[in-house]
Order: sequence, then C-alpha cells, then structure tokens
Amino acid sequence: MTTPVIELRDVSRRYDGGPPALHEASLTVRPGEAVAILGPSGSGKSTLLNLIAGLDRPDAGTVTVDGVRVDGLGEAASAKYRRTRIGMVFQFFNLLDDLTVADNVALPALLAGTARAEARRRTAELLASLGVARHADAYPGRLSGGERQRVAVARALVNRPALLLADEPTGALDTTSGEDVSKLLAELNADGQTVVVVTHDLALARSCTNRTIRIVDGHVTEENR
Amino acid sequence: MSALGEVVRSGVGRRRVQAVVIGLSTLMAVTASVLGATLLDVSNAPFDKAFAEQRGSHLTVRFSADKTTTGQLTANVPGVTATSGPFPTVSATPHAQRGQRKPMTLVGRADPGGPVDAVTLSEGRWAGPGELVLSADTPMPERLMGSRIAFPDLPGGPTLTVVGVARSVSRTADGWVSPATITAPAGYQVLYRLASADTADQVDAAGAAVAATVPEGGVDGARSWLAVKREAVRETAVFVPFLVAFGLLGVVMSVLVVGNVVAGAVGSGTRRIGILKALGFTPSQVVRAYVAQALIPAAVGTALGVVAGNLLAIPMLAETEQVYGTATLSVAVRVVAAVAAGALGVVAVTAWASAARAGRLRTVDAIAVGRAAPTGRGRWATRLTARLPLPRPVGLGLARPFARPARAAALLVAVAFGTTAVTLAIGLVSSLAVVQDARQTDLSDVVIGSFSGGLRNAPMSPEGPRPQLTPATDRAAVTAAIDAQAGTKAFYSIARTPVAVAGVTASADVLGFGGDLGSSRYQLISGTWFRTPGEAVVPSPFLNATGTRVGDDVTLEDRGQAVTVRIVGEVFDTRNDGMRVLVDAATFPEAPATSYHIAVEPGTDVTTYLEGLNNALRPLGVVADPNQDGGVGDTLLLMGALIAFLTLMLVAVAGLGVFNAVVLDTRDRVRDLGVHKALGTTPRQVIAMVVASVVVTGLIGGAVGVPAGVVLHQAVLPAMGESAGTGLPAAAFGVYGPVELALLVLGGVAIAVLGALLPAGWAAGTRTATALRAE
Repeated sequence: MTTPVIELRDVSRRYDGGPPALHEASLTVRPGEAVAILGPSGSGKSTLLNLIAGLDRPDAGTVTVDGVRVDGLGEAASAKYRRTRIGMVFQFFNLLDDLTVADNVALPALLAGTARAEARRRTAELLASLGVARHADAYPGRLSGGERQRVAVARALVNRPALLLADEPTGALDTTSGEDVSKLLAELNADGQTVVVVTHDLALARSCTNRTIRIVDGHVTEENR
Repeated sequence: MSALGEVVRSGVGRRRVQAVVIGLSTLMAVTASVLGATLLDVSNAPFDKAFAEQRGSHLTVRFSADKTTTGQLTANVPGVTATSGPFPTVSATPHAQRGQRKPMTLVGRADPGGPVDAVTLSEGRWAGPGELVLSADTPMPERLMGSRIAFPDLPGGPTLTVVGVARSVSRTADGWVSPATITAPAGYQVLYRLASADTADQVDAAGAAVAATVPEGGVDGARSWLAVKREAVRETAVFVPFLVAFGLLGVVMSVLVVGNVVAGAVGSGTRRIGILKALGFTPSQVVRAYVAQALIPAAVGTALGVVAGNLLAIPMLAETEQVYGTATLSVAVRVVAAVAAGALGVVAVTAWASAARAGRLRTVDAIAVGRAAPTGRGRWATRLTARLPLPRPVGLGLARPFARPARAAALLVAVAFGTTAVTLAIGLVSSLAVVQDARQTDLSDVVIGSFSGGLRNAPMSPEGPRPQLTPATDRAAVTAAIDAQAGTKAFYSIARTPVAVAGVTASADVLGFGGDLGSSRYQLISGTWFRTPGEAVVPSPFLNATGTRVGDDVTLEDRGQAVTVRIVGEVFDTRNDGMRVLVDAATFPEAPATSYHIAVEPGTDVTTYLEGLNNALRPLGVVADPNQDGGVGDTLLLMGALIAFLTLMLVAVAGLGVFNAVVLDTRDRVRDLGVHKALGTTPRQVIAMVVASVVVTGLIGGAVGVPAGVVLHQAVLPAMGESAGTGLPAAAFGVYGPVELALLVLGGVAIAVLGALLPAGWAAGTRTATALRAE
C-alpha cells in the first residue's frame, strides 16, 4: 500500500472559545487521488484546507502531508513546506498585480532556490501547457478570470508539488471559465497529480474529482459516489 | 451615542495601530517641540531673565572701610529703588600647594536673599562662621565642596570649609562668608537697583549720586551691570545659534512628521469614507468624524508629550543653566500651551485637508479605492530588480518605493531631516572640539612665570605663594638654566606688556615671542604668522575693536613710546577678550620675558625634569611648574551631551516617520504579503522584503540630508563665532571628511531600517490565512 499524501488523525480546531470548526476529523488521501471537500459556508472547509496547507495549527490531532508532520512546523519551516510540497489555487486567484504573469509563476521557484534560468524554462513550459503563454509578459489585471486562474494553477505547479490544493477554484468565474478550469484540474489528476478541491459546488466536485468528503459542523464524513 | 460619535468611537477603536501611530508621533513631536521651543525660549535674553529673577544689582559699589561709616552707606539716593548691604568685603588669596592663586573677593552676607542680588544657592547651604560659599563661576566649584581653604593674609589666617556653591548673576563676589568671618573688612559692598539703568550715562549718574553721599575718596570702586552683562553675553552668545538651529529643526521636523502621519492615516481610510457616504453621511460629517478620529489619539499623545517634554527638560535645563550662567530656568507655561495648541492645530488641519479631499470624492470612487486595480506605477522598477542578482524578496522590496512615490517621498523627508540633524550634530561636536583644541595655544611641558594656577588645578596646602618672575629676575640666567638642564628640547619666551592702541579707546596686551616656537600652537584664521620684527598677528576681537584689517598698520603705545606694527595675520585667541597683539620679541626689545615655555625631549620624566630645573632656578627666586594649559572644558562636555540628546530626539522622530510610512504600506499590502507567505516566503524573507523597501529611500534621504546638514553647519558655525565676537580657525569648518560623509549618508539607511524593522516584524508575523482574507 502506498504512503498517503495527506493523513489527518483526530484533528480538532476551535476559534476563540466558539463551537469547534473541526471536531476529531480524520482523513487519508493517497497519491493520485482527486478529492472534493464539500460543505456549506462555515462548515469548516477552509479550516481543513488551512491545516493541510500549514497556514493554521490544530488544537489537537496530527496533520501529515507527504511525510511531513505539518502541525508541528514553525513559521519558517511551514513556509518552506508550502513552497516545496504543495501548490495552492485560490478563489480570487491571488496573483500579485505588480508582477507579470511569468514573474508570478516563477516566484515560488525562485523562493525555493531554483536557478533563474531553470525557473524561466519551467515557467514557459507550464504557461504553454496551460494555454496562456501569450500572456507571459502581461500583467494579471489584463487577463480574463479563467486566464488568471490558469496562471494561478501554473504558479501552483511550478515546484512540482506532491499536492495541489484548490480553494473554490471556480467561485469567481463564469460558467464557461469554470468548466474550463474544472477540465484542467481533471487533466492534471489524470496525469497523476494529487488534487484536493474545497468547494460548495457539487457539479465541480463531480466533474474533476473521484472522491467526495463532506464536512458538516466540523465533522468529516465520506460520501459514497 | 450619535451616529457620528459611533463612527468616531469605532474608527479609533478598530484602527488601533493608526491611533497608536498618531498618538506616538504626536507624543514624540510634542516632546521634541517642548524641548526645542524651551531652548529657544531660554536662549532669548537669558541674562536679562536671570537678572530680573535675582533682582540683579544695577550698580555694585565698594566703599572704603577707612573713609566711610556704615551709617553713611544707608543714605537715601535719588533714583535708587532698592539696596542691599552694606556687606563687609575683603580681598584674600587662598593658599596653593603649587603655583599661585588669584585673590578672591569675599563678601560677608548673613543670607543669600535680599531686595537686590538674591543669590541662588545651587549646592550645599549658606555659610556660617568659619565656612565659605563659592561662586559657581569658580572653575569646578562642586569639586571643592567640603574642602578646607586657608586664607593666610586674613587676620588670624582662617581656614574656611566650603559648604555651598551659589550663583550671582551680578557677579558680586568670588565667595561668600558669614559677616562675622570678616573681622577687618577692607571695604563695604552696597548693591543698588536703579529706576533707570538702561544706559551707561544713567548708571554713571547714579554712581555719582551715590558717591556724593560719602566723603571724598569714600568709593573704592563701582561696577555697572552693563559691564557684567557684556561679559556674560559674550560667554553665552556662542551657544544661541546652535540652540536655535536645533530647536527649529525639532519643531519643523515634528510638524512634517505629524502631518505625514495624519495624512497617511486619513488617506488609508478613504474606502471607509466612501461606505459612510453611501450610508448617508454628508461630506461635512465625514470630515468632522475623521478630524475627531485623528484628534483623539493626538490629544492623548500631546498630553503625554507635554509631561515627557517637561520631565526631559528638567535635566537639560539644569545643564543649560550652567551654559547661560543663570540661576533657575524652567519650561514656560506659554511654551507648553503654544506647543500643545500647535500640535493639535497641525493634526486638525492635516486631517481636515485629507478628509476633505476624501469627502469630496464621488461615493462610488471612494468605495472603489480599496479595490481598485493598481495604477501600474513602478513596474519598470520591478522588472529591473528581477534582473538583478538579488534574492527575489529583496528585489521586490527595492522596487516598492516606485509603486507608492508619495508615501516614499514622505519617508524620504523624514529620513532627510533625521540625517540633517545627525550631520549637523556631528559637525558641531567636531567643530567645538577643534575650537576647544585651538584654545590650547601652548603645548609645552613646563612653564616658568605663567599663571597656570586657579582653584581648579592647585590642591589646597598651607604652603604659601610661590615666587614668580619679577623685573629684577636675571633673564639670561633663567635661559642659561633652561639650556643647561638635561632633557630640554626647545623653549620660547613671552614678554607680556600692556599697551594702549593709538586712536581708539582700547588697550591690549602685547605678547612678544622669542626662541623656538615649536611648542606653541596658535591657529591662524587668515594671513600669515609674523616673520620679522614690526609684524603682528592679532585675534578677531582686536580687529573688530580697532576697526582694522589684516594688512593695516596699527600704533601701540608702551609707556610713552609709540611702536607701529603691521597686522599680517588674524589668529584665534579668546584670552584677554581677544585684545592681544602677538609679535616677535624684538618688536618690543625693552619688554622683559614674563614667562618661559619649555618642551622636553621625548621620554623625559617631567617630574624629574622639574626637580632638576627648580634646583637650578632656586637661586634666581623663580619656580618652574608643569604646564596645565588646556584640557577639555566643562562647557564642551555639556554641549556634547546636549547635542547628543537633541540628536537622539530628532532621530527618534525621523524613525517614527519611517515607521508610520511602513505601517501604512504593509497594511495596504497585507493581502499581497499573505499571498507571498502562502507561496512559501519565510518570515525572514518577508522582513527582508519590507526592510529592502526602505533602503533606497533611506539612501536618497541620506544623500539629501547630509549636504543639508553640512550647509546648516557652515551657516551655524560662523554665527556662533560672530556671536562670540571671533572668527574661527579653518579647521573648525573642515570637519567632514569623505569617509564621515559616506557614513552619514549610510546613517540615512540606518534610520530607515530602524524605523521599518518593527512593522516588518509585524508583517512577517501576520497569520497567512488572516492576511489572505483581508480586503
């Protein structure tokens, strides 16, 4: 049996004495899987994503990603973890407006210490494979929503991460662009990329993932397809 | 609570960092302004203030004890509004173990108060029987506290214990004792306050009226307060331009920084203003709300700043009292009121101007400000730094100022002012050191005949005064003894002669130099040193008093003989009020040497040398002493401390300006910083990026501030010299070397980095998930 990419064990997280955002949640994701995490607003989806991404720490339980115990990492170590082990795609793209498309994509590679020429080569390759190479020298403000999200995906993949995390990747896109991004994620998974998509869009979950996890009031349940 | 009140309350409460920044900036600005304005205030006619506070003596008269009775001295005199005295007085010379002491004027007073010349006791207590209170004008009087000083020439040769130090602005005594201590007064001192004492004629007329109340010859001497003032003002005036420069710099810088802080704070709230307008607030209500939001923390900062300013002013004024020779200085209520009103006024006007601009924006535009796409400014810089062989976070930071040029300009102004202050401060400290150094004109190791004693350097001893050169001393034998003494390297002699300057009512000392002048170190301001008999160099005050210039001839009258000399150089020398003429000894061949200045061979033990030389000189009745010329003056140390303190304040205000600009910038970029962190930028890299964003601006600020500081230094220094009535040696102006200037420019970077470190740390510590959610 292969080593899981994600392994959460009895993870709990509570904010400011309120009800638990996550309660004794356990989850295992294996390499090559495409998992959708579904749930309504405030159910704990983003908390789960933040814990996997090392952006937050659980009150209890363990989070292991690609063999790394994420819950115990310090700030610097979790930054290094993010830049090498995971790629993140956000609902509102979170591209840096003052950098060109190519510079946005190359940034995580440069942070990871990749040589400038190699970073450029990898960037060009990704932009070409995602169909946005012609925008390499443009600034993100000039791109359509779908194009921006493709750039964001390219940026997330530049360091060849073990895990691609997508937080409502189609939430800010029109239907056509949303379908386009959904297809892209499915293609990436078909090529072997492990993908976790957080969404409340059931259609997206069905179209680009092969497994669904539902979160309700901080409790994680597996949904059979 | 009204809607407006609610908006103000929530605005202050929710935007705590900005409220703290406004409060802190105002606090620092008000503290610096209270100090600066107080310095300006106390530098304004300090003598007159102190004279008024002590009810100074317009006319100080010493009556002969032989020719007057104390009853005659209390007669009413027309034009006199108050008197103190008669106080018994005597001139007495304290014993010194080495060298010779100057005679002291001792006055017997039962207490320091009175209607005239209310002497201020700065240390210890007033004198009882057998005790002495020293004048604060005595060098280092506090070091003599508790010591016992013998006065062998007084009846009974009493030994008095120093129990206090006091200051008389009217300079009525060198020391005060209880009246009973002066058993045989040589005279009586009476102090007069006059109804009219603005001119010398008025004081002279009062003096004549006083003299008329006693028998002929009853007045031994009289001193006008105008003469005392001339002397006091000359001593202190040198510091006024320096204090004015620092005071103004502090006030102007504080205004700029507070203005920037408030404008930035209000500007960053533009979107909120748009939302308020969308909810139905009128532009006027919006402006009032934002002015109030700025004024609340500013008022707290102002109140704390006033307290801090007063607390810091206490030790500073205590030191300034010494500079000004005044009795008690305090922070004036009007200064505090003006600074507080000024600070709040600046905050209100700046907030009003910024909020009014935002209030006039169309509501949709104001709301859009927070979400608008970037303007695209400075992208060329980002592209450029991407090509530099630098870590990417550093490159991104370096390009940042070009994206927000207005904010970078505000930061630049703060750094430039801070660097100006540091440059001026370092220049002035260096110049003061040069001036102090230049005052030490004699580098010789041993002196004969020169008065180098005084209370400071001579330890107390029952031993009597030592013999000095007299007209009868055999000079040839003295020089032969010096020549013969093993270890003598070189020596020169000075023949000091008082002369009258023809055509003007001025007298001067001629110093005729003979021998090897290698160990003298007079610094020329202009012209050349004298090369032949008949040539002279003179200090600046001599040129001013006689209306002459280098190249002019001047005739000096010595005991009926007129000698004309040509002035070939201007020299820095403030002794004898600068009324000196330095010539070759052959110019006045009849004048005998009054002192010898000897340099010993390197490695020679001066004590052993002195023993040998004094053995040889003993038959001649003269004594050689170690040279005690020079040393770092108290005033220089004091000014150094004052400059350091003021500079620290101004640098702190500059740093706060940087801090504010960086806080605003990191708040604006909080989401971008979150993205960076989500992509794997470590906290250290975030700090590097934020710090790098101020480095270029700091460098430019330094490059602007340093020349400004140099220019200010070149303007303040001559003003200081002019106030003191003297030119200054060229070395005092050339204190900035290329290395120092380069380091000072880097000081701008240091100020910027120090100001940016805290917000950089905050940015690095911001939780990524929170930052990503920020609008």
